[in-house]
Amino acid sequence: MLKYIIRRLAMLIPVLLGVSLITFSLIHLIPGDPARSMLGEKASQQQLELLREEMGLNDPFIVQYGRFLGHIAQGDLGTSIQKKEDIASQLMEKLPATMELAIFAMILAVIIGVLAGVVAAIKQYSWFDNLSMTGALFGVSLPIFWLGLMMIWLFSVKFNILPPSGRLTAGVELNSITNFYLLDSILTGNWTAFKDAFSHLLMPGVALATIPMAIIARMTRSSMLEVMRQDYIRTANAKGLKKGLVVFQHALKNAFLPVLTVIGLQFGLLMGGAVLTETIFSWPGVGRYVYLAVLGRDYPIVQSAILVIAVIFVLVNLLTDLLYKYIDPRIKYN
Amino acid sequence: MKKKTGLLLLAIFCSLLFVVAACSNDTGSKKDSGKNTEAEGSGSSGEKTLVFGRGADSIQLDPSKVTDGESLNVTIQIYDTLVKYNPEDTEVQPSLATEWNVSDDGKKWTFKLRDDVKFHDGTDFTAEDVVYNFERWQTGAEFIYYGYMFGATEDNLKGIVDKVEATGDYEVTFTLSEPNAPFLNTVAMSAFGIASPEAIEKYGEDYSKHPVGTGPFVFEEWVPDDQITLKKNEDYFGEVAKLDKVVFKTIPDNGARFMELQSGTIDVMNGLNPQDIQTVEGDDNLQIIRRPSMNVAYMAMNTDKEGPMADKKVRQAINMAVDKEQLITLFEGVGKAAKNPIPPSLWGYNDDVEDYKYDPDKAKALLAEAGYADGFDVSLYIFSNPRDYMPQPKVTAQAIQEMLKKVNINVKIVESDWDTHLEATENGKHDMAFLGWTGDNGDPDNFLYVLLDKDNAKMGSAGNIAFYKSDELHDLLKQAQVEMDQEKRSDLYKKAQELVHEDAPWLPIAHTTPPLAANKKVKNYQPHPTGGEAFNLVDIQ
Repeated sequence: MLKYIIRRLAMLIPVLLGVSLITFSLIHLIPGDPARSMLGEKASQQQLELLREEMGLNDPFIVQYGRFLGHIAQGDLGTSIQKKEDIASQLMEKLPATMELAIFAMILAVIIGVLAGVVAAIKQYSWFDNLSMTGALFGVSLPIFWLGLMMIWLFSVKFNILPPSGRLTAGVELNSITNFYLLDSILTGNWTAFKDAFSHLLMPGVALATIPMAIIARMTRSSMLEVMRQDYIRTANAKGLKKGLVVFQHALKNAFLPVLTVIGLQFGLLMGGAVLTETIFSWPGVGRYVYLAVLGRDYPIVQSAILVIAVIFVLVNLLTDLLYKYIDPRIKYN
Repeated sequence: MKKKTGLLLLAIFCSLLFVVAACSNDTGSKKDSGKNTEAEGSGSSGEKTLVFGRGADSIQLDPSKVTDGESLNVTIQIYDTLVKYNPEDTEVQPSLATEWNVSDDGKKWTFKLRDDVKFHDGTDFTAEDVVYNFERWQTGAEFIYYGYMFGATEDNLKGIVDKVEATGDYEVTFTLSEPNAPFLNTVAMSAFGIASPEAIEKYGEDYSKHPVGTGPFVFEEWVPDDQITLKKNEDYFGEVAKLDKVVFKTIPDNGARFMELQSGTIDVMNGLNPQDIQTVEGDDNLQIIRRPSMNVAYMAMNTDKEGPMADKKVRQAINMAVDKEQLITLFEGVGKAAKNPIPPSLWGYNDDVEDYKYDPDKAKALLAEAGYADGFDVSLYIFSNPRDYMPQPKVTAQAIQEMLKKVNINVKIVESDWDTHLEATENGKHDMAFLGWTGDNGDPDNFLYVLLDKDNAKMGSAGNIAFYKSDELHDLLKQAQVEMDQEKRSDLYKKAQELVHEDAPWLPIAHTTPPLAANKKVKNYQPHPTGGEAFNLVDIQ
């Protein structure tokens, strides 16, 4: 198994090379000039030229790419163009926000999605099945930016019960330890902050959870339906085992493998920063950071951030693959 | 076996965390992330905090190195300039300097400075500090506005400012290489805010994250991409701020920002969607604040290109073929039709110029006279995103397309993002192109010379994208630059506008009043035509 993990980690290298090459090429294909977007329309040609030279934008593509790889190899994610900040420390500051949101959304999506899927499967063609699967269809199809804006309108503007953006209300004190606000407030026993952070997390969390939740529900349902038709389930039922035991112990465990794959993929995606959700709810995470960087044509941020996101994605998926073994002990890693 | 797997899983999870942690190779980040809580904002009872919502973060807080509004709107709170604009227009009044005079030849400007001013870091403000700042701006191309306003080049980084001397503890004298009438208005620009030399030396490269000036607000904290917090300067030499704190909050999405205003989590916002104006006006808790216009939106016609656009008659015909009153309805109530290149709020505006009347028949006749009775094809380059002076570029372009079709001119619209658009138009790729301008210093020179003089019609770096080259206009504008008498200058600019009207290198489209929206409890918010205003007079009730 150790070998397997090492092999998988070694595979990261070509994956990252590929990702970096694609990002690097794409970002150079987007029209726009970082020097121009930084200096604005009032800069002279000379000033633009000077800045381009300083940023190395005049070098051939391959030289720029080589330089970028060289820095990455030394563990240097670079400095942003506009604010001249260390990108690594900026990402570090923003990752906890993104992870907190992703984990919360994922917990929500898994609990509701799996439960809905299971119930829909054992009560196939019932009103619940129809309702939840139609709901799931809506869930995957609703554009998040629309859903997000509607939620803000309803819960913040109309009823004024939830804060529209950010992670914490100005004025609420919280000592950061991990920068996961919920965790920090529990660790310090600060329940005012916990309540406040939770109310901030609720809307973006639900908005972000809709798509994975819908996918998980549909996946669970179809996988469960297949398993429920197997002989051993019939046997278990015939033996007179309790229905709950059959469903959750015998069926779900076997049906869970494909669901787990989906969960892993979705979680990986969310950990990379939910650009739309973070932008609409002004959630100071990685997604919004990348979004603002794209707008400002801040190439180094986009390149480095996507690379880090890719690493996280691959690691999350590796973790998922390893979890298979818990669910299905027959799986061997060789 | 199971135990082993568990350990391995734990190891993987840890490595994941490690990757995250590995990103922080900077020990300083811990401190920063500690500050990440918005908790450090104000909020304790009785404190007055104004939260200003905007679409983008500031780039740097060193005003000499930026030109973007989101940076300058913050720095204007922190820094003072030698002289400043009136709250409502661009007339100049004392600030760090109490009085000033200019020599007869217009080359020597002397400013008497206040002797009771301290920088936020506690150091005294003297004439030497003014010298230090100006000499710093003369050292490199990164000082964008200095280079741009004073004509610095690579070989002459000083531009027209030959010498800056402290001629007393509280007196500073500028020697210019040539007379420059707009000089006083120029040094009032917030980009020329005087910074603490000690802080610049102390922070070096990092200074732009630790701004220290003399202004009504003191910099407190900057959480990048999130918010900037300033607090009141109790020892301000001018009118001490009524607010205790100001928070600039970045909310990229216009719609989301507006909802925050509605829900009361922010107090003022810029970048209001024009279609939301009605909602604001119908809301008892909100108000619209219209910024006086100091801009112009126009369609430049490339006079340099061989073909119809080089012909004055064609350009005049296009001016007649466009129904401006109808066009202006597309500005959703924030625009006023333009007939001159400068906005009416500026002195020197020539109201006697009579705009071309909408008359498609006459336009057709004029086109026939020019030999284009059957019409022709032209390109119209436009930018895709709305800008302050043009809320709906695409729709506006389509309307013009329709109108010109009636006189047999086939317009092909070429749409691109802002950077690409600037690049293309500066290089003269267009037949016709949309562009606009927001004034910097409230001087007509800053519109007419920058946008229409032959000096600025250089391929590749053009402000004058009509590539209009008129010697007559050039003489007028040059004369106005060295004339110190404002009335005489005003006459020169009025003549210049007549000339531009006759030669018609542009179709002037509109002057807009970009709207801000605010909570009604915000009082005394006086938006300045230049686009930025200090908040020391603003109050919350």
